[in-house]
Amino acid sequence: MSKRTTWAALACAALFAAAGCGGSDNGGGGTDGGGTKASVGFKVPNVPMQKTLGAGEGKLNIIAWAGYAEDGSTDPKVDWVTPFEKQTGCQVNVKIGNTSDEMVTLMRTGQYDGVSASGDATLRLIAGGDVAPVNTNLVPNYADVFPELKNQAFNSVNGQMYGIPHGRGANLLMWRSDKVPGNLDSWSAVFDQGSQYKGRLTAYDNPIYIADAALYLKATKPELKISNPYELDDKQFQASVDLLKQQRQNIGEYWSDYTKEQAAFTSGDSTVGTTWQVIANLLEADKVKVKTVLPKEGATGWSDTWMIASKAQHPNCMYKWMDWIISPKVNAEVAEWFGEAPSNAKACAETASKDHCKIFHADDEAYFDKVSYWTTPRTQCGDERGDVCKDYAQWVQAWTEIKG
Amino acid sequence: MHLGLLLSGPLGWLAVAYLGSLVVLFISAFWQLDEFSGEIVKEPTFDNFRLLWENDVYRTIAFRTIGIAGLVTVTDAILAFPIAFYMARVASPRVRGLLVVGVLMPLWASYLVKVYAWRVILSEDGILNWALGPLGIHGPGFGFVATWLVFSYLWLPYMILPVYAGLERIPDSMIDASGDLGGRPGLTFRRVIFPLAFPAVVAGSIFTFSLTLGDYITPQLVSSTQFIGNVVYANVGVANNLPLAAAFATVPVFVMIVYLLGARRLGAFEAL
Repeated sequence: MSKRTTWAALACAALFAAAGCGGSDNGGGGTDGGGTKASVGFKVPNVPMQKTLGAGEGKLNIIAWAGYAEDGSTDPKVDWVTPFEKQTGCQVNVKIGNTSDEMVTLMRTGQYDGVSASGDATLRLIAGGDVAPVNTNLVPNYADVFPELKNQAFNSVNGQMYGIPHGRGANLLMWRSDKVPGNLDSWSAVFDQGSQYKGRLTAYDNPIYIADAALYLKATKPELKISNPYELDDKQFQASVDLLKQQRQNIGEYWSDYTKEQAAFTSGDSTVGTTWQVIANLLEADKVKVKTVLPKEGATGWSDTWMIASKAQHPNCMYKWMDWIISPKVNAEVAEWFGEAPSNAKACAETASKDHCKIFHADDEAYFDKVSYWTTPRTQCGDERGDVCKDYAQWVQAWTEIKG
Repeated sequence: MHLGLLLSGPLGWLAVAYLGSLVVLFISAFWQLDEFSGEIVKEPTFDNFRLLWENDVYRTIAFRTIGIAGLVTVTDAILAFPIAFYMARVASPRVRGLLVVGVLMPLWASYLVKVYAWRVILSEDGILNWALGPLGIHGPGFGFVATWLVFSYLWLPYMILPVYAGLERIPDSMIDASGDLGGRPGLTFRRVIFPLAFPAVVAGSIFTFSLTLGDYITPQLVSSTQFIGNVVYANVGVANNLPLAAAFATVPVFVMIVYLLGARRLGAFEAL
């Protein structure tokens, strides 16, 4: 190769790099644009809200938690996507998101119309300008949503809803009842007593799991004065991280996607750990002997919200979906399949098991007071301590350190 | 002139897509992430590299990754040499053909199928524990040892084939000459065959080393141990912190540059 060709190649590479540097620059990070600095502590980008509802676009691409958008392929009897497609003509493509972080990343690709976001993703999506405010007038079923789920810190900004509440529930403690004697009722099983199950313990492989340790410390170490497991100052954070480093010694393997936990409990590689009700349901369907409990210390949990992408290509289909998924009958079906409390008060009359809403405490605010919904940790503690709390980036780094 | 035209396509591809993406990777390693919204701030800083340097955990993970890559390479070299030697210098042409097919056969199966098969083998009620149970031994379970076993299994063919080719290239006349001069088989092996085949072993080690260095799926499936690839994956997928992922990804790039320079000195490139 002559010298000239070499230089041409290098120039090419340099050009490519420059093009890469000058790539897309959108969203609300910049200093320009008319975003408002809200009292919530971050800049809310100006994203227009849809005013009227038109005809469906024939297609819909959504990101959902496993079990939220079933089309009969898991179980032929469990299907609320096909009736939606028939009624609206919107063909639904579902992408399963395994973690909130994955959902945020997927939403940023701009290829999806909406997402079933948990509280640890919603504010990140709002602040990033990835989702648009929701015009609740276009969602008739919104009127029947439990008032306790409306205008919450994790789904609205300054009184403007950014999504439609879907349902809520708690992260539970699960164990193989044929391998672990007795009934567990405390998270100490995975923390202080964890060495009993050394090598058989599992935990959710995600930075947000640090809150589970903080919640346990809130009950067992009152001197740390933890009030909210997502608002941790230096000392509280360090104590939680230390507890998880101890726990690491006993962990057989972490689970990040629900199929991995399902497989590990089926084979007996994991016998005790944190879970979602839906995983326990799937295991019971496979005749694996598992039990679940909401431990006495309380639990972390989720309150999920359907959000619409700011760059949605099929916004009308997304609005139709948001109304469909919280319509009493469908909301009841989802809630029963996933094992959570529905968001629509009228759904309680539609469940196959008449006690579903009672079992999952749908309108029991005292119960949900024990559940700390996933929220994005921020520097602002939200109380008189000021801006001394650990933000999510620090949680992520700490999680890498915990896993070692 | 014609040759130049013919080569400009592939070479342009190499320069733009391959080297270009490395350049982009390197540049983005100097960017930052806005702590809350997760947007990338394109102002150059050394913060990512400082974090990687000052934080023990990243150093541990980097050394662990280089460690397992070395361990797998040595394991594969020890396993591959006798097999390759038998194939190249002992076996009849018929057996040799069968062995070559046998070595290549696992490469036809999907990578994931092979790793999941190992998951089944190593699982609590898997075949390994079943076989070891009567002896009172418990299998390694999922962890570092499992990762080492699976990596060694996966990359073994990539070591056998270059070593086999290297051994086959040794002229019979040299071995005859060694014997004629009074060299016993052991001495002939140490002084003639091994030195001549060594560049081929180094060539094979480039594959086993680099493949282990970059893999993140096997560790995720058979352990909860973190390697460089897992941290990069977590920072891209979980944290959406591309700059930090890019910064950490430069570590294996530099390790490989050093490794390849060493391999070149040992004559591996002539043996490929």
